[in-house]
Amino acid sequence: MFFQRLISAKLGAAMVTATALTLTAAPATATECIAPSNPGGGWDFTCRTIGRILTELDLVDGNVQVTNMPGGVGAVTFAMVASERPADAELIVATSTVGITQIAQGRYPAPLDSMRYLAMLGADVGVIAVDDESPIQSLAELNEIMVNDPTSIVTAGSSGAGGWDHIRLLMVADAAGLENLSDLRWVQFDGGTDAVTQMMGGQIDVVSTDMGEIAGFVESGDIRILAALSDEPIPAFPDIPTAASQGIDVTGYNWRGLYTGGEVTDEEYAAWVEKLETLYNSEEWQTAATESGLVPIWRGGDEFETFVREQAQIMEDISRDIGIIQ
Amino acid sequence: METLSLLAGGFAVAMTPLNIGLLLMGCFVGTLLGALPGLGPVNGVAVLIPLTFAFGFDPTSSMILLSAVYFGCMYGGRISSILLNIPGDEPAIMTTLDGYPMAVQGQAANALAISGVASFVGATIAVIGLSLFAPLLARAAIHFGPADYFALYILAFATIGGIAGVDPRKTLLSALIGLLLATVGIDPISGVPRYTFENYHLFDGIEPIVALVGLFAISEILMLLEKTVKDRTKAIPVGSWLPQWGVIWKTRWAMLRGSGVGFVAGVLPGAGASLGSFMAYVTEKQTSNKKGTFGKGDPRGVAAPESGNNAAAGGALIPMLSLGVPGSGTTAVLLAMLISLNVQPGPLLFERQPELVWGLVASLYMANIALLVLNLPMIGVFTRLMMTPTWALMPIVAAVTFVGVYGISNSVFDLEMMVFFGVLGYLLRKLDVSLVPLVLGLLLGGDMERNLRRAMSISDGDWGILIASPISITLYIMTAGFLILSVWLAVRDHKQAQAERMTEG
Repeated sequence: MFFQRLISAKLGAAMVTATALTLTAAPATATECIAPSNPGGGWDFTCRTIGRILTELDLVDGNVQVTNMPGGVGAVTFAMVASERPADAELIVATSTVGITQIAQGRYPAPLDSMRYLAMLGADVGVIAVDDESPIQSLAELNEIMVNDPTSIVTAGSSGAGGWDHIRLLMVADAAGLENLSDLRWVQFDGGTDAVTQMMGGQIDVVSTDMGEIAGFVESGDIRILAALSDEPIPAFPDIPTAASQGIDVTGYNWRGLYTGGEVTDEEYAAWVEKLETLYNSEEWQTAATESGLVPIWRGGDEFETFVREQAQIMEDISRDIGIIQ
Repeated sequence: METLSLLAGGFAVAMTPLNIGLLLMGCFVGTLLGALPGLGPVNGVAVLIPLTFAFGFDPTSSMILLSAVYFGCMYGGRISSILLNIPGDEPAIMTTLDGYPMAVQGQAANALAISGVASFVGATIAVIGLSLFAPLLARAAIHFGPADYFALYILAFATIGGIAGVDPRKTLLSALIGLLLATVGIDPISGVPRYTFENYHLFDGIEPIVALVGLFAISEILMLLEKTVKDRTKAIPVGSWLPQWGVIWKTRWAMLRGSGVGFVAGVLPGAGASLGSFMAYVTEKQTSNKKGTFGKGDPRGVAAPESGNNAAAGGALIPMLSLGVPGSGTTAVLLAMLISLNVQPGPLLFERQPELVWGLVASLYMANIALLVLNLPMIGVFTRLMMTPTWALMPIVAAVTFVGVYGISNSVFDLEMMVFFGVLGYLLRKLDVSLVPLVLGLLLGGDMERNLRRAMSISDGDWGILIASPISITLYIMTAGFLILSVWLAVRDHKQAQAERMTEG
């Protein structure tokens, strides 16, 4: 009887191996987009949407294979590309501000310039919000409190200390003239929605996070947006003033973009940037991005490389100021 | 009225052919899993989770399937309790006390019918309670701050200690292992990696789904591989399948009392159905055991715990949906799945995704009716299926878990992790350490820690914030009350047992 059971167990194992093999088998030449996360969420959306539209517009041969490779907030994928596929021009990888923050704080196994950054195609705009019953009416009033009495308010968002939500709020405080950035209290929540709920319950005073996730609360009038951290007002909310229009020259995009291996040739790199620009200008992408709460924004090629480097530098400086890195 | 119209919308969601099909399948599979000794609701749901990912069902359909399995297990657990004297799952332990003696006395049909009807009464009362109270709690939940959530988690862990028949030290050990595992990964508050051993796969923490499938499904395979055929007891022949309706009617008050007690136990975060059936049985014994018939085949001793565990199963969904804090081990697994599907349970779920919440509630009403039909006339089918030989069942379970977990993230590391947890689960079960506190520790530990630290950030390090709100104070009082009650019950049982030994000796 025991023998019989052993055989069944082996059969089961063989079945599993067979299925696993069919799952991984894929043509070696196909274009591949790696989402360095589990299915669902931002990076997965980037790969699946861009992959679909690349095929629809005949910019690539056949379908784009989307692979999920979670681990280390993108570090597992980053390490794999750096060591195994640095010259593979058929490979693109989804990234965003979150990934750059990790690199800037030294949490990836390789430095920023081990990859070539292709383009950003859209962004979630950072906003600074207060409860609709809050006494703080404008960004100027908030800045006055942050500079003169920073310990009197509690700020929060969806990232931890030194994460992007925190850093872009500190960029505003820094521009307003706050001397010691670590005086401002910061509370992490598991998402912008959680942070806003807690603000409505009176636990915290100010939320800094992406507009996309909390747009519903703005529409219902539960919260008030003091400033949008973008160059231009957000298309869906044209009445919300930008920080720049209030004298604080800070932008805080949570952009969605792509990188490829560091040893990809200049011609291959330029070809990708061109394809992505065509995709960006297509009706399909504009619709898909807007529907998922993103503002379509294009930065590509060298311009994007420079932008990424500058952003990483700002993040590194602020992280050092508040003691997140040495 | 608002609830009624929302519920009507829910029925529209639940009535799609796909959802009805999943519901019926879930009820059938659930009853079967519940009836098979060993495979309980947590294991059952854990085995099926990878499958829902593989088929790519949307969150609502996944929840309908898994909740139907959950409710089905609660119905099915009683079958092997009564006929084999082996509880099909943990909450069905209390049903063996009077159910098996009834079967021995030739009343198996009555015992099965009573438990079936009691399950229906308990579950229906719980679902009505869920429709009424969950939206209210969700509305109140907006006033829950980090300190209040921390108090709620404390209450959840305190109630686990109240589960009867478990060595409190082992429960504590299990919960602490869970809390320890919850700290692995990048700490979201400070961004610092903890216990990752420079392995990037561990940076995102331990994927709860992988751990759960390993702990319950893989360890179950190992347990059954080890067991020999002789463990399989012969079932008591049922004889006539026709129950006597008069006997069932006589247990109506026991059913209602059991439902009430079970429901309250379910709503309390943490303990869930096991506590529900235990409390229901103890309460019923207190009120009705005038002639000392309990434990010798009293029908009320079957009705109370069965209505209690089903009511608790429904009640446990209330804190899970409205606060994001699971009311039992199984709801903790459901919660992990919802989060993996990018659905964040909590106060806003009712506003943001009413179709999910009310579709689920409506499908639970339907599941109850389907289960009553499955469990009264078709009881014979399950009795026969219960005898499925292990060598046929386990390879299926193994295949489903491996393919399913690999399908979620295409990660071999996840498979290794699952096997590791399988072995860990197996070892702990061999040592009689319950896995439910471990699961709760793993799933709730991160949130518990973060809420404590959030409260500390808000108060700038003043511990006083923990007892600064009426909500947290109330929760701490409930925790204290619960601990005192469980100690008192333990001491009393101990004394009673001693007294009985004295008189016998």
